[in-house]
Amino acid sequence: MLTLSPAPHIHNGDSVRKNMLNVVIAMLPAYFGSLYYFGFGALCVTLISIVSCLLFEFLIQKFILKGKNTLGNMSALVTGMLLAFNLPSNLPWWIVIIGALVAIGVGKMTFGGLGNNPFNPALVGRVFLLISFPAQMTTWPRPIAMNLDFNYFDATTGATTLSMLKGGFGEMPSLTQMLFGEMGGSLGEVSAIALILGLIYLLVTKTITWHIPVSILVTVFAMTGIFYFVDPTTYANPLVHILSGGLLLGAIFMATDYVTSPMTHKGQLIYGFGIGLITCVIRLWGAYPEGMSFAILIMNAATPLIDNYVKPTRFGAKEKGGKK
Amino acid sequence: MKTFKIGGVHPKDQKLSANKAIDTLALPKQAIIPLSQHIGAPATPVVAKGDYVRVGQLIAKATGFMSANIHSPYSGTIEKIDNSIDAWGMTTPSIFIKVEGDEWMPEINCKDDIIRICNLEPAEIIRRIGDAGIVGLGGACFPTHIKLTPPPTAKAEVLIINGVECEPYLTCDHRLMLEHAEEIFIGISIIMKAINVNRAIVGIECNKKDAIEHFKNIATRHFGIEICPLKMHYPQGGEKQLIDATIGRQVPSGALPIAVGAVVQNVATCYAVYEAVQKNKPLIDRVLTVTGPDVENARNLRVRFGTPLNDIITAAGGLPENTGKIIAGGPMMGRAISNLESTTSKRTSGLLIMPDRLSKRAEVENCIRCGKCVDACPMALEPYLLHSLTEREMWDRLEKEQIMDCIECGCCLFSCPSHRPLLDYVRLGKATVGGIIRNRNAKK
Repeated sequence: MLTLSPAPHIHNGDSVRKNMLNVVIAMLPAYFGSLYYFGFGALCVTLISIVSCLLFEFLIQKFILKGKNTLGNMSALVTGMLLAFNLPSNLPWWIVIIGALVAIGVGKMTFGGLGNNPFNPALVGRVFLLISFPAQMTTWPRPIAMNLDFNYFDATTGATTLSMLKGGFGEMPSLTQMLFGEMGGSLGEVSAIALILGLIYLLVTKTITWHIPVSILVTVFAMTGIFYFVDPTTYANPLVHILSGGLLLGAIFMATDYVTSPMTHKGQLIYGFGIGLITCVIRLWGAYPEGMSFAILIMNAATPLIDNYVKPTRFGAKEKGGKK
Repeated sequence: MKTFKIGGVHPKDQKLSANKAIDTLALPKQAIIPLSQHIGAPATPVVAKGDYVRVGQLIAKATGFMSANIHSPYSGTIEKIDNSIDAWGMTTPSIFIKVEGDEWMPEINCKDDIIRICNLEPAEIIRRIGDAGIVGLGGACFPTHIKLTPPPTAKAEVLIINGVECEPYLTCDHRLMLEHAEEIFIGISIIMKAINVNRAIVGIECNKKDAIEHFKNIATRHFGIEICPLKMHYPQGGEKQLIDATIGRQVPSGALPIAVGAVVQNVATCYAVYEAVQKNKPLIDRVLTVTGPDVENARNLRVRFGTPLNDIITAAGGLPENTGKIIAGGPMMGRAISNLESTTSKRTSGLLIMPDRLSKRAEVENCIRCGKCVDACPMALEPYLLHSLTEREMWDRLEKEQIMDCIECGCCLFSCPSHRPLLDYVRLGKATVGGIIRNRNAKK
């Protein structure tokens, strides 16, 4: 029997699963960083988050959508890990499970599963928890090197760099400490170096292109830089903004989510610029110390609009007589 | 090294038969010559049942603007003029010849010597090319004499020669460039004279280093012919991509290459032009590659048109046990075939035999909006959008999104991690929108 199918007859071997696994591999350095500083807490929160995300996707797919098992594409694993990365490492287990249910159940499966969700599921989960459990979601354990304390719920807590900035209290970590992750924060966001390693891996494997992370970072750097230049006593050094909070985590792993970001490079630059801008506005003048999650969700909502209006420059459009 | 600027992909080149010299296939006992070997209307037979024909004799005349003459590749008796089933299972009007001996028309120069001097006028050159039934051998089968007769308002500035062969597996152009370079150069000079340009650029991809060296050596003796080594980059052999790669100009949407002063010809076409103009030999054969990952003897063959595909496969060592798909042409743009009783034509540039394991597409998953199809598209279209608009039958919007610019290179489907049938839908959308545009123009 000969197969008859239209061209092309070969494929480059890429798959959804490969891309998702690349994202997981890219997250590992940051995960090891958080294990180092937050110890058992980081391990538990991540495991609970991943297992509940996988379980909820499996159950919803099987009993509500009655479709094929989709765990194989690994996207639920990515969501589980990303959600955990956005949580404090001392978060009670039941809150993590609620977060996973909202992320997968509301953020993703409601819309028909992978590819159809308008918002980044992990961020939907995180923002839901932030609004519903503000106290638990904003007490951050202090990082302790080689943390081996199993009683992670009762860890000494402290503020994040950004809330110190906002409130004007506390002892700010040095830039070096921020680079390696010795500061308060959610479990995946603290180590800048580890996150940048992940970015390099994603770029080398061509899982993502530079457009989204670079446009976010440049926008934030430029905008906070201008205010720092004008008034260094009120506004923080732009490097503090880049290295603190969820900026790198968001720029590298959350904003670059395929499903919820624009398709064209021009659109991605606009999207990145928007995220950077909104983040700065919230950080500098908003009620919350950190605005990355909100910025990404707002720009997620703008993605269909961007895709509708921003088109690639078509072949031949620049040539004399070409269609503009 | 130069290449085109937008999109494109990098499939493994798999040139298994690159070192195999061109062999000539033995003549078949019976040949079926399809009357439609070019775009445009089928040619009209000028012979009848029972006639005796010689090699190179005109057997069907071009009918209509886009048509081309067909000559007998064999000597023998016309058995019948009837429908045959082509490689894709469609009926097509054909001439059946019972092959007897190998008697050539007397005016054809069958000697091996190379004839360099050509003193013909441009109009006479183009007339001979038209008479010889030459069509573009790169795959499109557009009649060459029409391509060489640009509208009076346009002026050709440069002739671009396609020696790219960017389709994986195929090596027939590569071998032709190595074994018949002199003839190709003379063919190029003849075409330059015909369209009155003094500059020609031969684009060759860098996986054919030996051909680039060989051509560079010969180019020193030919005035106005430059060799342009190109990066490996599919679909560089596409006309618009090749023009962009070699002279850095982009043909505007809906326009022909002449809009940027370029005329593009394939190396195999140049060789056919040499044979037609200098040796009086009409287009009756071509070089093709028969290959595949598990084929015993992948090779390059000079094959006369009308040869049964079975004969070619036998010459390559027969069909492997595990054969799952047979493709006429390359793996990116070729068409899968179902009928091995059918015969070759001017458009058969290769036979690619794929084993079972490489024959089926993977399972389709949801679009994850990764944008890899947009990145891969060499025309800077948005395949994911064209796909979903076609699904929703939004024809007006599809026209605005320039679906007619699609060159069907397959880069989108090649790079889709979800294996979505992007190009399949785009073809459907293109056919429908094309029909709407033709209707609209007809009413004007």
